[in-house]
Amino acid sequence: MPELVLLKDCQESPLCTLDQYLNVGGYRTERKALFEMKPDQVTDEVKTSGLRGRGGAGFPTGMKWGFIPKNVDKPKYLVVNADESEPGTCKDRVIIERNPHLLMEGIAIASYAIGAHHCYIYIRGEYYDQALILERTIQEAYQGGYFGRNILGSGFDLDVVLHRGAGAYICGEETALLESLEGKKGWPRLKPPFPAVHGLYGCPTVINNVETLASVPSIIEKGGDWFAALGTPMNGGTRLFAVSGHVNRPGTYELPLGIPLREIIFNHAGGMKNNRAVKAVIPGGSSCPVLSADQIDVKMDFDSVAAIGSMLGSGGVVVMNEDTCMVKALLCLVKFYAHESCGQCTPCREGTTWLKKIIQRIYDGHGLHRDLEVVLDVAYNMMGTTICPLADAAAMPVRSFVQKFHQEFEYHVTHRACDVGLVRV
Amino acid sequence: MPTITINQETITVSDGTTIIQAAEKLGIEIPRYCYHPGLSVAGSCRMCLVEIEKMPKLQPACNTRVMDGMVVTTNSDKVRKAVSGVLEFLLVNHPLDCPVCDQAGECFLQEYYMKFGLYESRMDENKIKRHKAEPIGPHVILDTERCVLCSRCVRFVREVSKSHEIGILNRGSHSEIRLLPGTTLDNPYSANVVDICPVGALLDRDFRFQCRVWYLEQTPSVCPGCSRGCNITIHANRQRPHHADGRRVVRLKPRFNAEVNQWWMCDEGRYGYKFIDAPSRLVHPAIKIDEEFVEVGWKEAVGRASQKLDLALRKNKESVLVLASAQLTNEDLFVIRKFFGEKLGVAQIDYRVPDLRPKSEDNFLIRSDKNPNSEGARVILVEEGGFDLRNFLENPPQSRLSVLWLFEQDLVSKMGEGEALRLLTQADFVIYQGSNSNPTSRMADLLLPSATYAETEGTVTNFDGRIQRIHRAVDPLGDSLPTWEIIQRLARAMGQSYAYSGAESIFAELTQQVVEFDGLRYEKIPDNGVRLVDRVDVQVDPP
Repeated sequence: MPELVLLKDCQESPLCTLDQYLNVGGYRTERKALFEMKPDQVTDEVKTSGLRGRGGAGFPTGMKWGFIPKNVDKPKYLVVNADESEPGTCKDRVIIERNPHLLMEGIAIASYAIGAHHCYIYIRGEYYDQALILERTIQEAYQGGYFGRNILGSGFDLDVVLHRGAGAYICGEETALLESLEGKKGWPRLKPPFPAVHGLYGCPTVINNVETLASVPSIIEKGGDWFAALGTPMNGGTRLFAVSGHVNRPGTYELPLGIPLREIIFNHAGGMKNNRAVKAVIPGGSSCPVLSADQIDVKMDFDSVAAIGSMLGSGGVVVMNEDTCMVKALLCLVKFYAHESCGQCTPCREGTTWLKKIIQRIYDGHGLHRDLEVVLDVAYNMMGTTICPLADAAAMPVRSFVQKFHQEFEYHVTHRACDVGLVRV
Repeated sequence: MPTITINQETITVSDGTTIIQAAEKLGIEIPRYCYHPGLSVAGSCRMCLVEIEKMPKLQPACNTRVMDGMVVTTNSDKVRKAVSGVLEFLLVNHPLDCPVCDQAGECFLQEYYMKFGLYESRMDENKIKRHKAEPIGPHVILDTERCVLCSRCVRFVREVSKSHEIGILNRGSHSEIRLLPGTTLDNPYSANVVDICPVGALLDRDFRFQCRVWYLEQTPSVCPGCSRGCNITIHANRQRPHHADGRRVVRLKPRFNAEVNQWWMCDEGRYGYKFIDAPSRLVHPAIKIDEEFVEVGWKEAVGRASQKLDLALRKNKESVLVLASAQLTNEDLFVIRKFFGEKLGVAQIDYRVPDLRPKSEDNFLIRSDKNPNSEGARVILVEEGGFDLRNFLENPPQSRLSVLWLFEQDLVSKMGEGEALRLLTQADFVIYQGSNSNPTSRMADLLLPSATYAETEGTVTNFDGRIQRIHRAVDPLGDSLPTWEIIQRLARAMGQSYAYSGAESIFAELTQQVVEFDGLRYEKIPDNGVRLVDRVDVQVDPP
């Protein structure tokens, strides 16, 4: 078994209470950071670890913390992004359900590192049970003296507030999340300025994903070098891969970065259901370009997946077998993005809905021969032209589906029917 | 001071300048919808994307500040593709109802399509149906199908009028400009959203279906609605007289002046133009005979006025009262001062008629003094210790007035009927010189029709001492004449050899006689006017 960082002590049963967490050595690392380390040392250790943001973009966490200006009068904020909404992704909820105090400890250490005394956890509205868990966990952490005023006698103050979102995918984008947290409509902000300088309420702010912060205690406990060694170069540590689709054991698996995708599917997720062949895999949540069956030997780290034209993203692995109609699968995705586009930028607002209409028409058997060309070009025009990455997130799967499975789309247009069953026979 | 290159042209600009501003300085057009210099940067229309060397992605020119050595391209294939792509996106759900849209001809969807679009349509889907033609306030009508969601109007009500009536509701392609619940777009500056709307989504109810914009001629002027002197453009229809119920002036638009009104004007000023072509216009000189006005020619009218003046002055100079107006131009006022004051020796000249009507005022543009030229009138007409109408009204003289000469002074409306009648009945002969009939003019014995501000030229001085020029947008209606021209004719009838050819020749004399105007040249007054105290050539010696 590979070494575990996030789910280490909660494989058998979740660590629901403070006592259970303390029994496995919990909050020792917070004490270590507060009493034995300077904030910059904490940040340096995280830089050494090669930890990269687990939300999707994979930005180096230590570097992000380092962007927080040192000498400003304004308060600094840590915002925890628990708005886990990327289709195919269900990892943060596992951490919250199985080891919530690990997240809290990570929050405390990160806040200490960046000099924040206020932290907000923004959790997606649909995670109601998880919000209740966090409420209870926060209460326990305060009662245990690990949060609040003068934590453990160190003189460091830290308050944490849980905020439930109202169900918009876009609020997982960090600046839309800040807007939403401020009580405004969840529209991503124009950058620059970046949140590190002008974030929540105009103050320096770090926004980190749940999984990212939950990785921090182990890094501080065992050292950045230890963490880095778990993964591949520049891709430190383990991460949670949420495997779904046509596999025998869908679920969330903690595995070292750099593990081949084939191993994830066949060793950990139990192989393909009914022994059907793999047709396509979305490697990191619905926004990533789809991989074809001949690409599943890719190593699952940020750089290797990027090298073959996709993204590791949020670690949501969606496996599709040979019986999958790619037109229908894509329709599912484009409907989602058309529904979730915030409508601020022209290319995304109009492009997502336009794509949805064309794909729907093709699926319904009313496709035109020029449609595929138009789809590719519309998607192209959406890429890199908007404030936030949602347009790219919608356009990239569209382009990859249509390019990699072009014949299937052609068949739909020409024959007004699906050839998936026919091909197999 | 960073130096940057845009399309091979180099320019040095101040720190903090954005690419869109720098390009403007070079005369390079970067298309935009959401960007407006008077509003915060939204960066959401994505029309102003440009290519910057060493940056992989296109960047919005509106939100990118220049850095030294930056090399920007606005006309590469990559940029052109992105821009025409954005335009295509904006048009996929646009109704294309240009033939019935008032914005046609000044619409930036049309404008940019001709410059940056020019593609064949490849939109085969049904368009999204939305709210059409909804009045959202007394002056503005909204068509959400034509809207490009640039959010200029939203930012205007947040940042300029601070009245917060409009927002973008819903999400994605269902996003729509809507009134926020319980509000109406009725702030005092509401119609500015029509000006800044780049498309036909927000239209002026007053102008709607009145005239196609390509029939309009534009003339720079100054709003006469208050002493702010907002810079405006008069839009006049002189090509299609059968449109807009025969009105020549069909709308006013604010004209940018950084020192006075920036990009804005108030609704009160914007819709205050109706008197120009109103049925109440006085278009012929008229003499009252047996309680009825009888139209006469200018010769007879001027002859009657000069005869009455002559008789009065022979009797007593105190028997003539001249009430000029701060509605008049500096040139009109100067000719009044020169003729009545200096030539005829009339001492009782004033313009400060008490105005008891309720007056709007705010701390943005609207001022309580509803005259455009009070400062000019003060400088030209008021002498230290000279005649003051307020004293005259408080302590009316026992003797009757022979001639009361009113310039644009509707005493009844301003002072109330009682007070006005007291003054009007004290005079044997009342001459009303003005543009429109009103309760006061109807009590006059002689009507001299004068041109409105839209029909004349000259200068006015705003509350801040800024001298600004107005220009003639349309000819004086009927037989009406500019005020100075009427006085000139009167002066000639009384044996004077006045030979003014226009406002410019009067202004030249004005600069000689009124120290505040010393050294100014009429044709040199810049578009944004000139402020008296800012002039370096005016040295005020200590007494």
